[in-house]
Amino acid sequence: MISTDRLDSAFLALADPTRRAILTRLAKGEATVMELAKPFAMSQPAISQHLKVLEDAGLVAQRTEGTRRPRRLATAGIDAMDRWLEMLRSALERNYDRLDQVLANMESAPRKKGGKR
Amino acid sequence: MSKLKLETQGDRYVVVTRQFAATPEALYRAHTDPKLIQQWMLGPDGWTMPVCICDARPGGKMRFEWASSGQAGFFLTGEFIELTPYRRIVHVERMHLPDPTPDNHVETTFEANGSGTLMTMRMTLPNAATRAAMLATGMEGGMEASFARLETLI
Repeated sequence: MISTDRLDSAFLALADPTRRAILTRLAKGEATVMELAKPFAMSQPAISQHLKVLEDAGLVAQRTEGTRRPRRLATAGIDAMDRWLEMLRSALERNYDRLDQVLANMESAPRKKGGKR
Repeated sequence: MSKLKLETQGDRYVVVTRQFAATPEALYRAHTDPKLIQQWMLGPDGWTMPVCICDARPGGKMRFEWASSGQAGFFLTGEFIELTPYRRIVHVERMHLPDPTPDNHVETTFEANGSGTLMTMRMTLPNAATRAAMLATGMEGGMEASFARLETLI
């Protein structure tokens, strides 16, 4: 079960364009703070701050490799596939329930020209 | 109670099927006539589609714009590739969040069967970053609502 708090912090974390760009970069593979800071013209502390928000939201994880601490997308935290599929499903279900109604209306009010078929 | 079936195919595709009590012709029209699309392709409650351009012919363009009070809107652009009236629509689309997502290739078919029409929609799965952006943009209100509903059901 996904907790609402977790979802809230994930959405909050994703609301920032720099953080979305960081995720886009990490989707291509893990990277260190230094590597992440480079394309953003931001200081490393600023990037670290963004990473902390992403880590707190469970979207990014880090591992230790000697003195390096590369970050990667946290698949367990994101579960973006599951959430996306769930969002898609609920949006489609809502859409198709409405479509049922649209189709029923079409049936009862056929096109003016050429009759029902 | 859900008539919708949604499954992933390999790691690239998602296939959606849904049975409708209507003819393939009616379904095809509901998927290609802007006036009809605007009535149902709205996603979560609270959203409207003030702009719907849908030039349903090969090479024709589509542009759907969604709006919701209190949230930033977003839009989708796309092009039709192949259309077989009342049976099959192939198009490519992308969301603008506001950066465009990678192209999503969509094949939609309508197949008459005993009680109506079976619709099958096969689309490309977005990559991880795109999924994250989609989750973050626009639909969070509806999504939270749907999770809230889910929790009350469990």
